[in-house]
This record gives sequence, C-alpha cells and structure tokens, in this order.
Amino acid sequence: MSIAPNRLTTEEYQINFSDIHPPFETADAALVEANRCLFCYDAPCIKACPTSINVPKFIKQITTDNIKGSAHTIFLSNIMGAGCSKVCPVEKLCEGSCVFNLMDEAPIAIAKLQRYSTGIAMENSWQFFKRKSSSGKKVAIVGAGPAGLSCAHMLSREGIDVTIFEKESKGGGLMTYGIAAYKVTPQFCEEELNYILAIGGIQVNYNQELGKDFSLTDLQQNFDAVYLAIGVGLARKLDIPGEELLGVEDAISFIYNLRNNDYATIPVGDKVAVIGMGMTAIDAATQAKRLGAKEVTMLYRRTKEEMPCTQHELDIAMLDGCEIKWLVAPKELIGIDGKVNQVICSKMHLGEPDASGRRSPVETGETFLLEVDMVIKAAGQMPFEKLVTDYQLQNKNGKIMLDNEAANLRGVFAGGDAVNGGKEVVDAVQAGKDGAARILQHLGITQ
Amino acid sequence: MADISSNFLGIKSPNPFWLASAPPTDKKINVLRAFEAGWGGVVWKTLGSQVKNVSSRYSAVNYGGHKVMGFNNIELISDRPLDINLLEIEECIKLFPDRAMIVSLMADNDKSSWHDLIKKVEDTGAHGLELNFGCPHGMTERGMGAAVGQDPEIAKMVVEWVMEKATIPVITKLTPNVHSVVPTGKAVVEAGTHALSLINTIQSITGVDLDTLVPNPYVAGKSVFGGYCGPAVKPIALKFLTTIAQNEITKRVPVSGIGGVSTWKDAVEFLLLGASNVQVCTAVMTHGFRIIEDMCDGLNNWMDEKGFNTLEDFIGKSVDTITHWEDLDINYHHIAKINQDKCIHCGLCYIACEDTSHQSINMEYGNPYNKYTIKEEECVGCNLCQLICPVNDCITMEEQRVAPEYLNWVEFQKRGLPLNDH
Repeated sequence: MSIAPNRLTTEEYQINFSDIHPPFETADAALVEANRCLFCYDAPCIKACPTSINVPKFIKQITTDNIKGSAHTIFLSNIMGAGCSKVCPVEKLCEGSCVFNLMDEAPIAIAKLQRYSTGIAMENSWQFFKRKSSSGKKVAIVGAGPAGLSCAHMLSREGIDVTIFEKESKGGGLMTYGIAAYKVTPQFCEEELNYILAIGGIQVNYNQELGKDFSLTDLQQNFDAVYLAIGVGLARKLDIPGEELLGVEDAISFIYNLRNNDYATIPVGDKVAVIGMGMTAIDAATQAKRLGAKEVTMLYRRTKEEMPCTQHELDIAMLDGCEIKWLVAPKELIGIDGKVNQVICSKMHLGEPDASGRRSPVETGETFLLEVDMVIKAAGQMPFEKLVTDYQLQNKNGKIMLDNEAANLRGVFAGGDAVNGGKEVVDAVQAGKDGAARILQHLGITQ
Repeated sequence: MADISSNFLGIKSPNPFWLASAPPTDKKINVLRAFEAGWGGVVWKTLGSQVKNVSSRYSAVNYGGHKVMGFNNIELISDRPLDINLLEIEECIKLFPDRAMIVSLMADNDKSSWHDLIKKVEDTGAHGLELNFGCPHGMTERGMGAAVGQDPEIAKMVVEWVMEKATIPVITKLTPNVHSVVPTGKAVVEAGTHALSLINTIQSITGVDLDTLVPNPYVAGKSVFGGYCGPAVKPIALKFLTTIAQNEITKRVPVSGIGGVSTWKDAVEFLLLGASNVQVCTAVMTHGFRIIEDMCDGLNNWMDEKGFNTLEDFIGKSVDTITHWEDLDINYHHIAKINQDKCIHCGLCYIACEDTSHQSINMEYGNPYNKYTIKEEECVGCNLCQLICPVNDCITMEEQRVAPEYLNWVEFQKRGLPLNDH
C-alpha cells in the first residue's frame, strides 16, 4: 500500500475528469427542452434561485431564437450565470422546485439551458453591460471569488473604479480552486473571469494577501469603501490523535492541488478514507477514486437524513464506487513509520438535537479498524477568525457580522462565505450584488 | 366490433377515410401504398388543364416546438400527362376493387373541355368525380379553381355542364375563401351535384423569412399566397361544414368533410357535424400513410364504447346543438374549481385570469409554491383557466345554475332583467 501519482493512462484521466453534465450538443436539443417549460407565473424556480434569475423568461427566449435576450436575462441577475449553471446544486434550488416534480415528471433542465445561452454569449463575447463614465469613487475589494467579482461588476457598471486584491495568482476563488474538475475546469473559470472583467474599470492585483501584503487600514485610507469577500479557507481539524501523520491531508489542499497540476502528478492512496459528507467531501472522494484509488470509504458521523450534500452528489460518489459508512466517526489515526495505515472508527448513534438543530452523534463505545494509506479530512472550513478579530471586525466565530451589509468599521462592507460561513457560489454572487447596492448608497451614487 | 364501413352515394369503402385530392394521390405508387396501408379511398389529384409547377411549393407554421401546425402549398393541379394518370387510375382500381376511387377535375372553362375530361375519366372505371372549385392559387388567375367556387352563378353553370355528361356520382368541392360557403353550396346543389365536399385550402401567408425578408414558400426572391391547411384550419372547416349541414337546401346532399383531419377524433367531430366521411391530406404528408391504423382502430373503439354500430348512427348528431346565440340558456352558469391535490402551482390560471379575464383567482403567496383558489363570486365561467391549466382535470367547471328554468336572451329582454350582472 502506498500513496502514488501516475496511476492511470492519459485517456483514463481524460475520461474520469470530463464534464459530468455535458451541454446540449445541438440547438434542436435545447429547443426541445426549452419548449417543455410551462412558463410559470411567479415561478417557484425564480424564488428558489438565490440570485432570482428569471428562469421562465430566459427559457422562453430560447424558444423564440432570442439567445442574446436569454443570456442577458441570466446575467442581469447573475453575472456568474455561466459558472453557476455548472456548479449549482440545482436539485435543491431551481430544478428542485420545478412544478414538473409535482407531476412526477422530470424537471426542466434549467442548468443545462442556462449553460446553453450563457455559453453562446461567452463564445461570442456578447457584453450586455456598459460601464457608466467614472464617478471618481474608488472601492477596494478583497478577494476575487464569486462575491468579490459580482460586487465589482455591479459597482463598475455604476462608474466606480474598482481594485480587487487577490491572494492567489488567479481569480475565481473557490470556483477556480475548490470545485471538482469534472464540474468546472480552471480554464473555464479563467474565461468567465475575463468575461466579467471585460466591462472595464476593474483592476485585479494578484498575489496580494490581506494582513500580509496590505492592511485593512491601508484600504480604508486609500479608497472610498472596502468590500471584504475573503471567503473561508482554513480546514477544520479533527482534533484526534494521529492527525499529523503522513498521508493525512485536508480536502481543501487536495482539491487545490488538483486544480493547479496535471492529474497524473497528484498522488493518491490505494485505500482512502474521506471524513465528512458535505459537497467538498464528495468532491474529494470522487476525485480520489477518479485519480485511481482502489478503495474510497466515506465516513460520516450522522445518518443520511442529516448529510449536508445533496442526494445527487451522494449518487455521484456511490456511482463512482465510493463506500459510504453512516454513523461512523474517526477516533484515532494509527501509523507505521510516521505514515497513516489505520483509522480507529467509533460507531455512533444519534442523541439530542445540537445547535444546528440536527440530532448530534454520540459514541456507542463500539469501535472497528479501517485499513487505509490516506485520509482526507473534509470536516468543514473555518472562517479567518484571527484575521477579522485582529482588525476589530465584529464577528461570530470568525464570521463577519453585518448590519445592512455594512461591517462595524466605517466604509467597510462584506459578503459571501466570510459572512455566511460557506454556502453556494450562487449565494456569494447574490451577496456581492447586495453589498454593491449598499456601497452605492453609502457613496451617494444611488438613493 | 362496430362496422366502420362507409357508403357515400353508393360508393363503398371499408372505412370513412379517404385521401384528399393532393400530392399523396397524384400517382399510382402513392395510391397503392395508401391502399396497402388501409386507406378506404382516394380522390385522385386534380386532372384537367395543363400546368407547370414551380420550386419550392410548401411552407408551414410551427408552434410551441411542434412542427406543421399549419401547412400551405402553391402547387397546382396534376402536372403529369393526362393519359398516364388515366392509365394508373385504372390499374389502381383493378388492384384494389374494394376501395373508393374518386377523380378530381378542373377543366378549362368551357363545356366541351369538361365533357371530354369526364368521358375519359369515366372510362377508367372511377367511382365518382370531384369538381375542384376551390384551389386558391395559380389556377384562379386563369379563371379556374376558387374563381369558380367564389361565384355561385359560374359554379352553377359548370355543374350544369358536368351533370349533362356525368353518369357517376358528382361531388362539388367548395372553397372557404368566401364569407359563407352556403350561396355556392345552394347553387351547385340546385344545379344537380350529388354531394359536396369542403373545405379546400385557405389563402394564406405562413410567415416571412426574417433573413431574406421574403415570405414562404420562397421562389427566386418572391412568393405567392398559398393554400392553408392542416390542424390549424380544422375549426374553420367545422364551422363551414355545419352551415352546410344546417341549410335546408345544402343539407339534402351528403358531405365529404375536409380540413385538418389528423386523428380519428377529428374525423368523429366532422361526422357529428354532418360529414358522411372525411378526407385527409396534411396528416399523411407529415406522418405517412401508417396513421390510418389508429384512425380505424380509435374510431372502432369509440363507437363500441358509445354503442354506435354503424357510422349512420352518429353522422350529424351534433348539428342541432349549434344554435343561435340568442337561444342560449342565460340561466346556465358554471364556475371554475381548482383541485388542490392536482395543482402544481404554475400560476398560469392566475396570471391569465388576472391580466386578461375577470380577476377571479386568488393568489396566496408561498415559498416556493403559491396557492391558487377561485373567487366563486367573481368567476363568470369563461373556461380560460381550465383551457390553459397543464394538468388534466385539475380545474373543472362546476355547474351552478342561476335559476332552474331555461331563459334565453329574447325572454330576458322581454322581462326587463338587469344587465351587467354575471
């Protein structure tokens, strides 16, 4: 047993990491699906979308051969509409609320249709928004992820001069660095970033990290307003013995490496245990399998009822051959020569509801051993608590607290994962819109 | 099993489904394929004056992702040599003696041309003649087709010529490009035609190409008005048919119903409104002759379920239910009811009623599903919500009479009852 790269042929890597939700191959195929849409009034799909995309309208526009109008409708609500069409858990958002579900009919393939229109718009570089002439106001945004980009685009439309400070060398945030490759490629993320920045008036300074390369005070002094879209980043520790052993990695860095290197260079174990059952846990487990791990076992301390991932995501993991163990928590990681080779697993049962409202897992006292050579921790990400506390930003466990989008420091606003603790890309896009609207008020640009 | 065989003016066919005079019936190979598939009869594509066709010839109206809701053509009558047509007609009759063979005719506008043509066609052994007084394009510019059917006097004159010569049943086909088909219908019945058929196609432009800016169908940068047909024209055909079935003179002769017949259900509707059989064209041009199987099967099953043994048991049965508006019962009232178990909360009923009807549907906000209920006191029973609801039987119209007795408009006025009270 060992952790090793180069487990598969180039063709195998290509197949394993190809688009899991392929687009419509032809306009006719998109039309057949678009024509199924009932064009609901006050449609549930609009309400279920955090950015309130007018779904029936953009689908209707596909049926009238008005693809420009369709893409415009989408981007008007969500400038990352193309990316969201690939990464949104639509089964619990728009498609999950489609009225066809109530007829036991397959819901409209909203994401696929959204991808169709936005894809054509991006291929043709159709720009729907014109930046107003410069207002002379300057806003700094920290973080070029979905919240930051959405905010920047909205501000630039109103003639604000925006500077984004990004700690990585590429924009896109978790879209670029934290999502399974079979959903969205880094190359697409770059195209989407360029599409958004094409409006002009947005300067992105890469490799600039808050607290290292510049301070919040610098920004407050040099800009009319600051928007913090710093996300979350720190992987939650398991706080069990053996966490420091070789072969124990957190899912964030595992996926980060996958996004920045050739698949063949990414080492993976023969027998991999993934701790957690969120979207990131699924992305780590499925990609470990797709990199050539022989066995992938997912451990979750609660039951299927409480799992944070969607059924659709779970299905992907199960179809990939990942084994799922419910009501199991790692108690200790055992190693030989400093390398992990066993997980002592506690069998759990559900006790009283905890703060999250979910019944909390309690040890039964029974344990078993799981043979492994790699452990991927996906027990959640934590906000940058120290950073925000150091800047005296009011926060709750590191999550920045807001009053009408504004932080407790004058001229400082925030949004996205840094505030909500980690939600979907589409939630971050909406947060960026809300933040921009509030900043525009603050600057006296709008009422 | 019901008996779906048809007897039209003594012309027998195993079912009441004939193919209309059109491209599907213009030569032996098509007609034999149709008979093999099971069609009861054909009306051979119009013979007569010599013509030359153009390219292209057809265009269509698509709707909601469905192709060919309506169809139009600018093709003329048969452009094949008359002697070949006659020979092939004779061969088809010999190969399928149990099927109806009617031949459509459109001679030049003089008696001898008609007489010559009738003689030649009767020599083939054909069972009947159909006079094409309806073709709305091309031939009209030469004083034929619809130009004849639109003028009762001319139509009458031509039928009189025909009746002097014909020894087999004569069906006169009427054009719908008139405000009423009755004047021409009366004229040709009085001139002696044995039967009528309707409708022929309706003059139309199906659309304009938004790149070339030339209407369809395209012929070297130009187009002409074409003859419209297909599912979209059925309601117009049924209306014209009913006026013929209700007129004292025209109702004396049987009618072959034409216009958008695509399924057995359409056919039953034509028969209920007075047609003795139906003719089909667009439906086979879009799906092939195989559709005859379900047409026969569906008709048979429906007749069994309804207890009708023969077509005569229900032909014309609905004609008397079409009345004058002033005879309608004003005391009849029904209102919509939404079955909440079936409702999928699409809101289509609400927005239609709110924007365009009587604001009779209440919307209770929900996330993500709103609840929709009928405001009974506001509902006028217009049917709009039921018509657009995507779920079968989710919205039903429940009878709630204003008063038990029948009351019509004439009586209503006599009694001086209040207006503006639905």
